[in-house]
Amino acid sequence: MPMKIENGPFWKRVEENLNNDFMRGAVAGMQDRGYVRRLGVIEELGHWEEWRSLAEQIRKHTLENLDYYLMQLSENVAKRGGHVFFAQTAEEANDYIRRVALEKQAKKIVKSKSMVTEEINLNPVLEAIGCQVVETDLGEYILQIDDHDPPSHIVGPALHKNKEQIRDVFRRKLGYTKSSDPVELARHAREMLRRDYLTADIGITGCNFAIAESGSITLVTNEGNADLVTALPKTQITVMGMERIVPTFEEMEVLVSMLTRSAVGQKLTSYITVLTGPRDEGDADGPEEFHLVIVDNGRSSILGTEFQPVLQCIRCAACVNVCPVYRHIGGHSYGSIYSGPIGAVLSPLLGGYDDYKELPYASSLCAACTEACPVKIPLHELLIKHRQIIVEREGKAPVAEKLAMKAFRLGTASPSLYRFGTKLAPGAFAPFVEDGRVTKGPGPLKAWTESREFPAPSKERFRDWFRDRQKGGNPS
Amino acid sequence: MTRGTIYNRDAFLENIARRLGRSPRLSGVSRPQWSYQPQWTVFAGRSQEDLLKVLQKQCELIHTDYIETTSAELAGALKRQVAAYGGGPIIVPDDPRFAEYGLSALLRDEWPAEQTTVHIWNPVLGRKNIDAAEQANVGIAFSDITLAESGTVVLFSRNEQGRAIHFLPKTYIAIVPKSTVVPRMTQAAAYIHEQIEKGALVPSCINFITGPSNSADIEMNLVVGVHGPMKAAYIIVTDR
Repeated sequence: MPMKIENGPFWKRVEENLNNDFMRGAVAGMQDRGYVRRLGVIEELGHWEEWRSLAEQIRKHTLENLDYYLMQLSENVAKRGGHVFFAQTAEEANDYIRRVALEKQAKKIVKSKSMVTEEINLNPVLEAIGCQVVETDLGEYILQIDDHDPPSHIVGPALHKNKEQIRDVFRRKLGYTKSSDPVELARHAREMLRRDYLTADIGITGCNFAIAESGSITLVTNEGNADLVTALPKTQITVMGMERIVPTFEEMEVLVSMLTRSAVGQKLTSYITVLTGPRDEGDADGPEEFHLVIVDNGRSSILGTEFQPVLQCIRCAACVNVCPVYRHIGGHSYGSIYSGPIGAVLSPLLGGYDDYKELPYASSLCAACTEACPVKIPLHELLIKHRQIIVEREGKAPVAEKLAMKAFRLGTASPSLYRFGTKLAPGAFAPFVEDGRVTKGPGPLKAWTESREFPAPSKERFRDWFRDRQKGGNPS
Repeated sequence: MTRGTIYNRDAFLENIARRLGRSPRLSGVSRPQWSYQPQWTVFAGRSQEDLLKVLQKQCELIHTDYIETTSAELAGALKRQVAAYGGGPIIVPDDPRFAEYGLSALLRDEWPAEQTTVHIWNPVLGRKNIDAAEQANVGIAFSDITLAESGTVVLFSRNEQGRAIHFLPKTYIAIVPKSTVVPRMTQAAAYIHEQIEKGALVPSCINFITGPSNSADIEMNLVVGVHGPMKAAYIIVTDR
């Protein structure tokens, strides 16, 4: 699954998703329950603003000294017998991982959840050399067996599917015979995946936080799948975005505390695992070989720009979970594996404005995202910066906005045209007016009036009313 | 330990420095004094008794059975809990604390006499340990550090304590000496950091385990027991 997940124009994707009632109900329910849970754990913890300031300071310091901490990390991984590959591009990363798989003559590869391996589109590269690649996060497993249905949320990738749909996929693909009860479905996945863990040649993971002082990587899950992916196969490959690093265990702890609260409203998830190098000499499990692949893939071009704060992101999706726009259009509308406000900021930076120029407009700039962000990324301000660049530098303002602006400029530049336009409006709108409201508006008003009414232009213009009033006429 | 290989590092780091608008910074950086450190205020100054209450309450939230006992009665409590989870087979690490806490007879005589298989992790047996963990109904281990706030047991891997003990069995029991209980993850992280500063090598695997495995990936319904254990219990030893 590459970063780009949908074809077709943005507005068409939005329209399709607006008609997906199950998805919209699921997203709304997730947001409502998630909001209460998140606020609950934040309140219980206390001093949340201090926590946010601390987390922000840690992330900023690490980014400002990123070369130093990556140096320290790679030294410490190598000291423990692990291999480190620095990949400037997705191709370089994929190529290295493919070489390792070929060298190990791998047939089966188990993976735990990793956004960056989605971003670099790793799985097809491994499948092309004959490897079976199995996603083990329950949500990702469901999507994978459903012919690679794209994820719709950073944390809950299968959020858009209901249990009946999942049951049907299991029946079609896995010979499943039981009900749509989530417990039965999960038990079936457990049985299927157990065999895969035990027979896989390679385990691939993402990385929540690398720890520079010890050369460790930290994995955060609730299912325990990352632990089986790393405990059983002989080779472990961990792929990390280059910014996912902290100086020491102490900063890891702070950020994990922020991540689990912000992502799922838990004090900690069931499994937080810190792995250092391959297994220790004399150990009977854990990988014999460990490879860490550190991926740039466009991130360094964000450094040193006004968008640098986006690299503070710890992928908790708190911004997604409070976004009123995401609530209605769902994850698939964004056309990127990174959805919601963070996706609207990050996708154009990593994937370019050609594919993602609409995303910065998929926001009401209400700033709920900025307020929810545990590492204080000014998300809505970065969306405005994107809009400025799109309009001023790229000349890619949305067509409707361009037309409206052009007409407005034309209409207001000349006093006579302006007078003419405002005089004309009541008549021009007459066919659409019912009881003084516009209910089925033309052109740019269509989308608005589909869900609500628009007041009809007043028959009396302000200027006329004002003139009459000065004359002592109609005071209404 | 043979040193691993590092590929493409210089160009990669030079590019980062260039983007940051300065020359490469490869040494001499130290962590600043962070302006805020709220993590140290959580449950600051609480007694062990108070922390146990916090732990007990948290166990309800994480679907974990909480049992208090004394070292004299630990063997009985452990036996009852294993029976409650459906009996053996059992897998345990080769941990001297089993003997120190008076559990040797249970592991080596009592359970085997009742046809309950007990596998003690033995690195010499290699892969057979994993097979035993896979077949086990119960995995049992001692918590090295216990986090009251989140209800978490911290486990350091070693030759005699494989990782699979905590993940492959159907159910899991952690024995928690009261003295291992600290307020939160802050204290555990500080301890590990201190060890690293002293030049110690961190174990290849450190697990922070908080109750049984779970998932909310299907319609956000919580399913307890996905890939790891389906049930978990903490047995607190109040006099150790």
